[in-house]
Amino acid sequence: MSIHSEVDLLRKIPLFASIDTAKLKLLAFTSERLTFASGAVLFREGERGDSAYLILSGKVEVNLNSPQGPVTVATIKEHNIVGEMALLGDIPRTATIVATEPVETLRIRKDQFFQLLRDLPQMTLEIMRELAVRLNHANRELSAAHAKLRDAGLN
Amino acid sequence: MPAHQTLYQYIWRHSRRDQLAILALALLAQPFYFLTLTLPKLIINGPIHGKGFEVEGATQSFLHVVLEFPVWFSGQWELMTGFPLERIPYLVALSVSYLVLVGLNGFLKFLVNTMKGRLGERLLRRLRFELIDRVLRFPPNHLRRVKQSEIASMVKDEVEPLGGFTGDAIVWPVFLAGQALTAMVFIIAQNFWLGIVSGMIVVVQAVVIPRLRKPILKLGKLRQVQARELAGRVGEIVDGNADIRMQGTANWERAEIVGRLARIFDIRFEIYQRKYFVKSLNNFIAQITPFVFYLVGGYYAIMGKLDVGQLVAVIMAYKDLPGPIKELIDWDLQRQDVEIKYNQVMDQFHPEGMQDFDTQPAAEHKTISFDVLELKNVTVADDSGFLLLEDIDTRLPLNQSVAVVGPSGGGKEAFGQVFTRQFPLKDGSIKAGDTELFHLHDAVFGRHIAYAGAEAYFFPTDLRENILYGLRTEARSLSQEGGGEQRRQLQEMIRTGNPTFDASADWIDYDTLGVSNGKELLDRVIDILSIVGLENDVYQFGLQSRLDPQKNREAAEHIVEARLALHKRLEETDLHQLVERFDPSSYNRNATIAENILFGASSDPAFLPQNLSKLSHFQRVVAEESLESHLVAMGLSIAETMIELFAELPPDHPFFDEFGFIPSSELPHFQQVTKRARSGSMTYADRASLSALPLSYIDSRHRLGLITPDIRERLLAARKTFAETIPPDSKSKISFYDEGTYNTSASILDNILLGRVSYGAAKAQEQVNVLVREILDTLDVRDLIIEAGLGFNCGAGGKRLSTAQRQKLSLARALIKEPRLLVVNGALANLDDEQKTKIVERVLNYRKSRATLWVLTKDDLAPGFDRTLQFEQGRLKSDTPGQHAQASS
Repeated sequence: MSIHSEVDLLRKIPLFASIDTAKLKLLAFTSERLTFASGAVLFREGERGDSAYLILSGKVEVNLNSPQGPVTVATIKEHNIVGEMALLGDIPRTATIVATEPVETLRIRKDQFFQLLRDLPQMTLEIMRELAVRLNHANRELSAAHAKLRDAGLN
Repeated sequence: MPAHQTLYQYIWRHSRRDQLAILALALLAQPFYFLTLTLPKLIINGPIHGKGFEVEGATQSFLHVVLEFPVWFSGQWELMTGFPLERIPYLVALSVSYLVLVGLNGFLKFLVNTMKGRLGERLLRRLRFELIDRVLRFPPNHLRRVKQSEIASMVKDEVEPLGGFTGDAIVWPVFLAGQALTAMVFIIAQNFWLGIVSGMIVVVQAVVIPRLRKPILKLGKLRQVQARELAGRVGEIVDGNADIRMQGTANWERAEIVGRLARIFDIRFEIYQRKYFVKSLNNFIAQITPFVFYLVGGYYAIMGKLDVGQLVAVIMAYKDLPGPIKELIDWDLQRQDVEIKYNQVMDQFHPEGMQDFDTQPAAEHKTISFDVLELKNVTVADDSGFLLLEDIDTRLPLNQSVAVVGPSGGGKEAFGQVFTRQFPLKDGSIKAGDTELFHLHDAVFGRHIAYAGAEAYFFPTDLRENILYGLRTEARSLSQEGGGEQRRQLQEMIRTGNPTFDASADWIDYDTLGVSNGKELLDRVIDILSIVGLENDVYQFGLQSRLDPQKNREAAEHIVEARLALHKRLEETDLHQLVERFDPSSYNRNATIAENILFGASSDPAFLPQNLSKLSHFQRVVAEESLESHLVAMGLSIAETMIELFAELPPDHPFFDEFGFIPSSELPHFQQVTKRARSGSMTYADRASLSALPLSYIDSRHRLGLITPDIRERLLAARKTFAETIPPDSKSKISFYDEGTYNTSASILDNILLGRVSYGAAKAQEQVNVLVREILDTLDVRDLIIEAGLGFNCGAGGKRLSTAQRQKLSLARALIKEPRLLVVNGALANLDDEQKTKIVERVLNYRKSRATLWVLTKDDLAPGFDRTLQFEQGRLKSDTPGQHAQASS
């Protein structure tokens, strides 16, 4: 898979959707292609995150630690991104990601991503817009949830 | 300040024999010189003009030497009767004699000049050695004040003119004075009064000119100091470069340097002004004499009181006078200049309180032994007089381990430093047996007491040299028996007052260390590396280093075994994607295109990917395989991508270094090239610069999809052709990859891998390291790799090592000496507690029943020691046996 197909995949990720092709190419070019064997851990819950992984092929599991041991809460397929919150802030990993089959990823490092944002202010604005959309979405869901709780008389 | 010898005392003392020999030789040359001047006259007057050959068949006597003495002595004395020659043979005979004399004269001159040169160099060698020797004996407080680059500038540059001057110090003035005196005597003989007049003007010249030159000399002295300070500042700018940059004060440094350069400029300009003024004045005074001769002499000649012939003779004779006088004055100027330089330098090298030790400790020093150090009223103050330690009384038997604890700054650090002897005691004494510790010879002290501090200096050699450095205390001298060249070197050393040491000999005293040879010592070094926790670091250095398979045939075989084992392991497990092997029949996606064609390793930079396109053999292969158009196409694709990706980034962006094929400065050039490529008007140079680009391309890393199956086949064919047609001179510089042989140009690790760690595989490097280690451990080559790692160059001041590594190394260097007393003071400051605890434990275990004095940052390690000394406010608060000692008693 060459850099061009990586760019196409990146564009499908909402966080990067509105960034123009040349910038995405730069991001893809400066990122590292990493493969994980089946059973390998991409990152662990609680660790400090330094990068996000775009899954190019294969599947990963999302595991959460519980008093009974790790619990699988979801499976993520190719063409999705995991750990992208690490790119935006110093937030510890909220889950452990394990490859369930050989997985090929594009590792996007936080410092590179930040470097790009610093140099290309246009890109920062686009990210901000995307985050605002998400925040708005989250707020609406939150109030909907509140409303549901109220309706159920639990509040 | 203690007085030193004056320049002339110094020169006379160390070179009088040579000076006199040169003088004698120079005098010997005079008659010949005189003859070369008179012979032309003889040739012209005799055979050419025909004087004495007026009669046909007349002869002249050749080599008719007659010494004429005053009549009252013996009259004439015919030395040789000579033999008669006709006109032409006489011409030939005289001309040939002229040639012979010129040759002889030249030879004598050559002899005198070489002797002068050698004499100067000998004195310079002596002086330089003495200066450096003095640095080695400087009192510590003086050393803290001097700047190393100033000292270097003095030893190297400032004494240099002395070498040139020494040869002329005595011979030259004697000579010039002789010439001037002769001319003077001749003038006086012609006419007494005119002689007196010219004599007086010479005296005026000799008095006035040197006086006018005094300020110039003073300025010269100032210039010397300024230049030296400049050297010092340059040294600071280099040493402190990182800090200057971080503080952002480069402009301040520039300003400071500009100021200095301005001062130097002003001084030099003033020197020029004065110098040329004096010069023209000197010339003017010299011309006054002929003026007097013409005016006064002419007046008396007209009046008839002076014979015209006499006046002409005086004026002719006077021509010979100003030359020597002027040169004599110039010589005197040079003398004063050199003298000032000499005194200046000497003053700097005669600080108060120098050690006056011999280079060799006397025999009785060597046998000094002591089992206990007695400290009485030991009081130590810092440079400002603040008391760091007060009245310390204690005994340190040299068989126990002592922990030194207390609050930081309370005296424990100062107590440790006492044993460096760098800080003189303000009061009290430390007795080592019967001798004062501070009076022990350096070489003896260094053998018995070792100190590991937080800051240690390391020499820019390899690790092995640095660890063994402290063992070189057994002075070895050049053997008297050596032949030819060695004998000459030895004599020269003695002549110039240098010690007859031999730096290429083995200075290690194996006996006192309790080992029998270098191999056993090496085993001990490896033990000590593991004690101080440096073993793994050195092991890693070893993996990165090259091995000489000629010397280590067996080792090379083991490493090839390790390679095969690794490849087998990789194949058997699912780890095969971690390393892509160098397989002659397949393209390596994790290596550059250049490496794929080269398919070998070389230590010659001409074979690096970025230089390969300039290699003529490579160009031939490209032509033969018709690769050029493909390389250009790939290069164009890379250039276009790079321009698309990087054009908008600022020129100093880190991405250029990390990912760029093209440095930011060349981006515009490639923009032009791609434009021309699109319009189909590429030049030859464009094609060349494009075809060089893809050589650094790594397919799995850069992922531009350039390696199509067709290209792959072509590159593989090029690989084959490259190896098959390589000319012999290039062949010797490259070692091709081959599964079964050790590759001499590649590092040990590369030899084991014989492939590239995959870019894509997660944590590949770590996993490969673990695997390699496991395999090497089973093959028993660990010591060998550590040995190779000891060849790692530490860099200037050990800068290629981390702080923690340097501190461990300093401890290792102290341990290997097997000292009677080991003092550790802050040597592990940069390590974490866990490492520190382990190292303390291991060191104490290694030095069982030998004395170790450890200044601890925290008290919790104290129980492991035999005894604990607690310092507070500069005083010894308590002295308690440790748990260790309590348990055993």
